[in-house]
Amino acid sequence: MAMTAKPARPEGGYVGRPMKRKEDPRLIQGLAHYVDDIQLAGMHYMAVVRSPYAHAKIRSVNTAKAKAAPAVVAVFTGEDIRGAIGPVPCAAQIPDMKPAVRYPLATDKVRFVGEPVAIVVASDRYAARDAVDLVEVDYEPLPVVVDPEKAIAKDAPKLYDNFADNVSYRWELEGGDVKGAFAKADKIVKQRMVNQRLIPMAMEPRGVLAQYDAGEPRLNIWTSTQIPHLARTQIGAMLGVPETSVHLIAPEVGGGFGSKLNVYAEEALCAYAAMKTGKPVKWIESRRENFQATIHGRDFIIYAELAVKRDGTILAGRYRIIADLGAYYQLLTPLVPTLTALMLCGSYKIPAVRIEIVGALTNKMATDAYRGAGRPEATYFIERMMDIVAAELKKDPLELRRKNFPKPKDFPYATPTGLIYDTANYEKCMDTAAKKSAYTNLRKEQTAARKKGRLVGIGVSSYVEICAMGPSSAMPAGGWESGTVRIEPTGKVKVLTGSSPHGQGQETSFAQIAADMLGVTPDDVLVVHGDTSSVPYGIGTFGSRATAVGGTAMYKSLEKLRDKLGKIAGHILQIDPAKLGFADHKIFVKADPKKFVSFGEAVTAAYVAKSLPAGMEPGLEATTFFEPSNFTFPFGTHVCVVEIDRDTGEVKLTKYLAVDDCGNIINPLLVEGQVVGGIVQSVGQVLFEEAVYDSEGQLLSGELTDYAIPRAADLPWVETSHTVTPTPVNPMGVKGVGEAGTIGATPALVNAVVDALAPLGITHVDLPIKREKIWALMHKGASQPKAKAKSGRAR
Amino acid sequence: MIPAEFEYESPSTLDEALRLLGRHGDEAKILAGGHSLLPMMKLRLAAPRYVVDIGRLRGMDYIREEKDKIAIGALVTHAQVAASELLRERCPLLPETATVIGDMQVRNRGTIGGSLAHADPAADYPAAILALDAEMIVQSSSGKRTIPAEKFFVDLLATGIRPGEILTEIRVPVRREGEGSAYRKFHQPASGFAIVGAAARLMLGKGGKIEEIALGMTGVGSKTYRASAVEKALRGKIANDKLIAESCAKAAQGVDPLSDIFASADYRREMAAVFARRAIAAAIERAASKPSAAPGPSTKGKRK
Repeated sequence: MAMTAKPARPEGGYVGRPMKRKEDPRLIQGLAHYVDDIQLAGMHYMAVVRSPYAHAKIRSVNTAKAKAAPAVVAVFTGEDIRGAIGPVPCAAQIPDMKPAVRYPLATDKVRFVGEPVAIVVASDRYAARDAVDLVEVDYEPLPVVVDPEKAIAKDAPKLYDNFADNVSYRWELEGGDVKGAFAKADKIVKQRMVNQRLIPMAMEPRGVLAQYDAGEPRLNIWTSTQIPHLARTQIGAMLGVPETSVHLIAPEVGGGFGSKLNVYAEEALCAYAAMKTGKPVKWIESRRENFQATIHGRDFIIYAELAVKRDGTILAGRYRIIADLGAYYQLLTPLVPTLTALMLCGSYKIPAVRIEIVGALTNKMATDAYRGAGRPEATYFIERMMDIVAAELKKDPLELRRKNFPKPKDFPYATPTGLIYDTANYEKCMDTAAKKSAYTNLRKEQTAARKKGRLVGIGVSSYVEICAMGPSSAMPAGGWESGTVRIEPTGKVKVLTGSSPHGQGQETSFAQIAADMLGVTPDDVLVVHGDTSSVPYGIGTFGSRATAVGGTAMYKSLEKLRDKLGKIAGHILQIDPAKLGFADHKIFVKADPKKFVSFGEAVTAAYVAKSLPAGMEPGLEATTFFEPSNFTFPFGTHVCVVEIDRDTGEVKLTKYLAVDDCGNIINPLLVEGQVVGGIVQSVGQVLFEEAVYDSEGQLLSGELTDYAIPRAADLPWVETSHTVTPTPVNPMGVKGVGEAGTIGATPALVNAVVDALAPLGITHVDLPIKREKIWALMHKGASQPKAKAKSGRAR
Repeated sequence: MIPAEFEYESPSTLDEALRLLGRHGDEAKILAGGHSLLPMMKLRLAAPRYVVDIGRLRGMDYIREEKDKIAIGALVTHAQVAASELLRERCPLLPETATVIGDMQVRNRGTIGGSLAHADPAADYPAAILALDAEMIVQSSSGKRTIPAEKFFVDLLATGIRPGEILTEIRVPVRREGEGSAYRKFHQPASGFAIVGAAARLMLGKGGKIEEIALGMTGVGSKTYRASAVEKALRGKIANDKLIAESCAKAAQGVDPLSDIFASADYRREMAAVFARRAIAAAIERAASKPSAAPGPSTKGKRK
């Protein structure tokens, strides 16, 4: 290596730079390997027979014709797997929660459209699909419950004969003097709100490939998941295969948004089929199956009340949430509403709050964590309430929010829900947003537009969310993360992270961090994830935790190796290691950068092991299991402008500004991508998306031709900006940003729409704000149509 | 998304395709661009025993002027229609309609003949075809015949094409002096099909009098139709905003509107009025402007 005398670049050279993703060339060129790209010799295919009924008794299943079909090697029913595969796991435990246990294949009853009843294995993908139609299932349809409020009513048809009703659980949380606060309030502001059911819609649907080597024995599973290690543990347990014999790989994962933060029936079924037939078996989910049988998100109804003083001070909140859990629990189903409860005070100093949650069982697919998981719902509810209060008190929405913010000196701030917000400056963030959006000017423009009869609305939201999940004490199954760093003899750096990114870009951002810490380049660093045989046990990527928790685990391992390399270099240079710096592939004397040991030389010394400091072990590898002391609480202010077409009810989004504070930023390009992507998903929730089940439990929005998602043309240029308030919770001061956009944007958009309609006397519009809904509101005056049509059909 | 088993036939001449159709009868479906039939097969809503692929036939993708008509081969893609200088100059309604069909991939693969023969009640072309009084040329082993637009769209996914016939050509009239046209569409946000599509074509006479008017509507009901009540209310009149709005309130008269999760029947009826009004207003504006300022399919600048 040429040793030029050019001065060392200061440390911190890569962190903070908007670097393009190392992942992208392979993705863009079609060189990435998703599950369906993996081919094994003799591979067979699984296809799933699913229930066409939302609720029915299974009288019989006849597999004779399917078994006789060409290329079919096996058909398995619920009876066949009884005792052989354990139930679909749920990690969430809520006291007195009813055990809505689901086995991978239904035996006596089906409880949602798309529930697996049998599987077919064939040597040909087409033959497997054809044989599905040959499995004869005799169903006896039962009454269906779709509406969660009707489901929990006394006379509702029951999903489970052995339960008293369809209430999964009741859960309460109270902090502060709620009664007293409501008694002394000047005003009590109430609103019922709906946060509708959504379908996560990852670009790549789920997929599994399983191969069983009976000789070892070894079960290899490739699956599109966000949690490879947890999936390995759970699938092994479902099948009774020792975890040491299960090798699970999450190859390239084409998006998840929480939908792959789960363990699914099909994963165990595919592995079972491979073990039974001795053939490698692949299952690739069709889009229709993805709609029906991959988790859904949101689906809450809330009855919200705020006790307020005339001056705008919020004294207390009282909430009743009816959460539609679906028919069974997936991994975290019951937990998501409780996370909403914890965040219902938002970014405000609300001293008292009471929340009651009723989990409802309905004949629908399970809901679970979908991007934001509980926080988008909480933020939507509190931010809508703030606007409703502002309207009632005739105050500017910004002014009301400002009045209720805790001040920077109040942090760490304890909420009545039991959380400790780490650090924030909400006011500064809101002021930045007001200034950057020229808020005062926007209001003037709005006044002028209204005079011409135009329906222009300005929406604001000020959110706080909970990230970096999280301390293990607050998590169902470990909140730590592992990070291993191995410097190979040639000086190349391998990072093995338990975080398993699926589009977030950690192969780049982690490489930036490692490069700066060791004084090498990101190209010298390879970030490995998703392979449970090479990566130490990890928790996974969700809850905006990868950088704050997984990144910190890596960071601490990097510190250990830096420490060791410093000692080696100090030994060679005969200098105190504390006086050394790392940059440009050199370990140099800070006071005299011309004196250095090359990075390669120090690494070689660690492996050749002839002249190490006394007592030092050879090699360069370190592993850290990092346990965070708290969550982090990123925040932000979003401002947007909409205009409504009076003829059609169409909402046109004309301006969007997001000012987020996610602490220190590793790669601004990745942060912007996360923020904008999240905002787009919110535009989807607000204007387009809705999982619509009819009264018979049929999913009407069951294909992409019927489930609308936003497209590029539906958005204006999204402007992003930041304030930076580093968190004290981890050494890098990073908080997490993967879900912020989805959390901040939904209320900002709805607030804008309601603001646009305010001249017509409209004070609230429920999600989703489809065109016809607004049109109907405009043409039927100020009153809103009854909350939900009897049929459960969307408008 | 795996279709049921089928036999694939790939004839190399039209005669061979017609023979295959004759042989397989109603067990056969014709495949052209594959953007109507294949999705239905993948969803198993259609399961033909034979698929006769005419997409590889040569000489069926022409666009040429013949006297006062423009003849369009059935295999011309939507993208070709949208980009055709001849059509943009001489029959701008059709390329304007083509630009809002589906997405770029659909426009690059889907064909005008395939779309019309499929007769989806929410497809875009049928509205324009009706407004243009176009003619469909179909061919069978016993010869050619012409089906006028008003006889072509029979019902939901049903046309005047008889078993054994292939739609080979679409003939549209050349725009006349004083003629204006426009297509206005209310998108179904998921599929991109029309919840309502209105194609207006009219002739302005002296003093702005509407001498002739044709209004084709798609998406509203189970088949494309001419909104004759609107036409009647405006024919021979000098239009103003109020009259247009009043007339267009009849855009769904006599039609039983469809209802789905994106638009109820009531809303569809109202949107039919809105988009009919918008299409007619735009057509009038264009008719009143100089002929040299022929509107292109894209309002966002000229293509090369």
